[in-house]
Amino acid sequence: MGPVPGVEGFMYPNEVELQWSLLIVLYPYITGLVAGAFILASLERVFRVKAVKPTYRLALLTALAFLLVAPLPLQLHLGHPERSFAMFLTPHRSSAMAMFGFVYLWYLLVVLLAEIWLDYRADIVRMATVETGWRRWLYRVLTLGSMNVSEQARAVDERVGYWITIIGIPSAFLLHGYVGFIFGSVKANAWWSTPLMPIVFLFSAMVSGIAAVMLLYMAAMRLQGRKLDMLCLDTIARYLFYVFLIDFSLEMLDLVHRIYEADESFRSLDFMVHSRLWTSQVVVQILLGTCVPLLLLASVLLFRFSETARKHIYVVAGILTLVGIFAMRWNVVIGGQLFSKSYLGYTSYKLDFATREGLLPAIVLMLLPFAILWVLVKLLPPWKPEEEGRDGVCAVAS
Amino acid sequence: METTRREILKGAGLLLILGARANPGGAPQTAAAAGSYDPHQHLWAMTIDIDKCIGCGHCVRACAQENDVPEEYFRTWIERYEIDGSNLEHPTVTSPDGGKHGFPPSSETRTKQFFVPKLCNHCLESPCVQVCPVGATFHSPDGVVLVDESYCLGCRYCVQACPYGCRYIHPEKLTVDKCTFCYHRITKGLTTACCEACPTQARVLADLKNPADPVHAFLRENKVQVLKPHMATRSKVFYRALDGAVR
Repeated sequence: MGPVPGVEGFMYPNEVELQWSLLIVLYPYITGLVAGAFILASLERVFRVKAVKPTYRLALLTALAFLLVAPLPLQLHLGHPERSFAMFLTPHRSSAMAMFGFVYLWYLLVVLLAEIWLDYRADIVRMATVETGWRRWLYRVLTLGSMNVSEQARAVDERVGYWITIIGIPSAFLLHGYVGFIFGSVKANAWWSTPLMPIVFLFSAMVSGIAAVMLLYMAAMRLQGRKLDMLCLDTIARYLFYVFLIDFSLEMLDLVHRIYEADESFRSLDFMVHSRLWTSQVVVQILLGTCVPLLLLASVLLFRFSETARKHIYVVAGILTLVGIFAMRWNVVIGGQLFSKSYLGYTSYKLDFATREGLLPAIVLMLLPFAILWVLVKLLPPWKPEEEGRDGVCAVAS
Repeated sequence: METTRREILKGAGLLLILGARANPGGAPQTAAAAGSYDPHQHLWAMTIDIDKCIGCGHCVRACAQENDVPEEYFRTWIERYEIDGSNLEHPTVTSPDGGKHGFPPSSETRTKQFFVPKLCNHCLESPCVQVCPVGATFHSPDGVVLVDESYCLGCRYCVQACPYGCRYIHPEKLTVDKCTFCYHRITKGLTTACCEACPTQARVLADLKNPADPVHAFLRENKVQVLKPHMATRSKVFYRALDGAVR
């Protein structure tokens, strides 16, 4: 038997094949978008950052659309997806992964659906009376039997919604910090095993979620022919910059720590970053996906740009940010499997196209949340008709 | 009375079976006879003497045959280390087809060379058992890490968690697969297929709960080591003469 294709040096014989594929890259990416979008929404609700109000409902619907898709890559990846329900019935308490279903359901049912329902309740009741045909029936079902939209009832909704958001923030942290823990707690893997992993995942989630909602807001306004609320957009971009700065600092801290400590895994990981991960890690993630958007966002804070220029800067920075965070997920998940646990060799990842874990299902899974979001926006419009065409609708940012 | 050929063969078969029971693969008889096996009375482990391993691959072939291990996957395998005295941290390691067919002669003459058989370490603090989301991977009462393939989701988290690279996804069953210490054999009083096939007794099955097991003398009289002790998994595969370069 000759040398194994794609393998350099020595891999344990069972290590040659990568276990977690592109679909597992999508899983933290998608849950990150969910958590980030929700935290952006909570800025308005809990922290009273009124400037971001135009994106509040859009952020919630975005979080829901992505959350509904989040388990699908996992299901597709399992050898026996038909047994996945066993995680609910007989969860193994010492397993970080066993908690996924519970964290997911908590977040979906207790936090997201409840908050969206409470916020939209008055609209749902109104539409249940003014709409006709199947839409009327749909909205009637969505009222859950409560047609009371008196001032008193709305005040209760508001209060309950506020508390749900307060519960929702640590839940969003839990949802994504937990995903980071799944990787960070694998002591066998030097690339993953760091207590910084959950916190890096969390901040990168906030970065990606804020960037996604910012871009979706701009796209939605353009599609609907409405005027962009620049104060809102500038505020989101500012928050994106701040959170991104923390995220980048944490990642650099991890990097510097690894370089300075230079433990037994260092030579192997260092070689990997300078060879197989050079493009995805150094070029795409760090340079294009982090440094460039950070410089662009900083430039808006430092210099005066016209409204049009700022919009263009935000689009470019937003897209690069999303690409950069995707590259980060890729480098964690795929990168963590390219080197041998013997630190004596490297394997490679071959991405198929139209296979169960190939590029095609990954593309479909990434498009699916946008289709769901489109339906959600049609059913539950995030913007009231009277807001149409308004400029600077929001109060001054807090 | 004339003895038929059938009777001779039957008698020979019986003798072979009794022989295997009496001294399975040279290993001490440690398991109870079939039918009376009490898992709580045993704690299975393995000793591997690096100095005795000749890299013949008998163990890998026996394991593959006994356990129907699919091609290109390994429940056990052998690595050959070649270490240049001045470059201890960067050994050259090879394991062509898991060492199943032995190793070609090395062209290196100035290196330290030895073979390291590997298999599941049946750790007492197994990371694989810890991470399994449904408990399909579990510790048996007699200290063997097993997989319930009718319950395994095929999520592969345990494969990631194993520091030793001992697990793989069975390409047909789509569930995880690994060494079971030939559980179907040891619970019947036999030794593992790999130990039975080893011509030099480099690998020997051991029962840590059996006071008469030679493993106690082995552990007492030799300097032994486990793989990656810093992983703190409480591995139960004990190596004699394990070089520090082995990963």
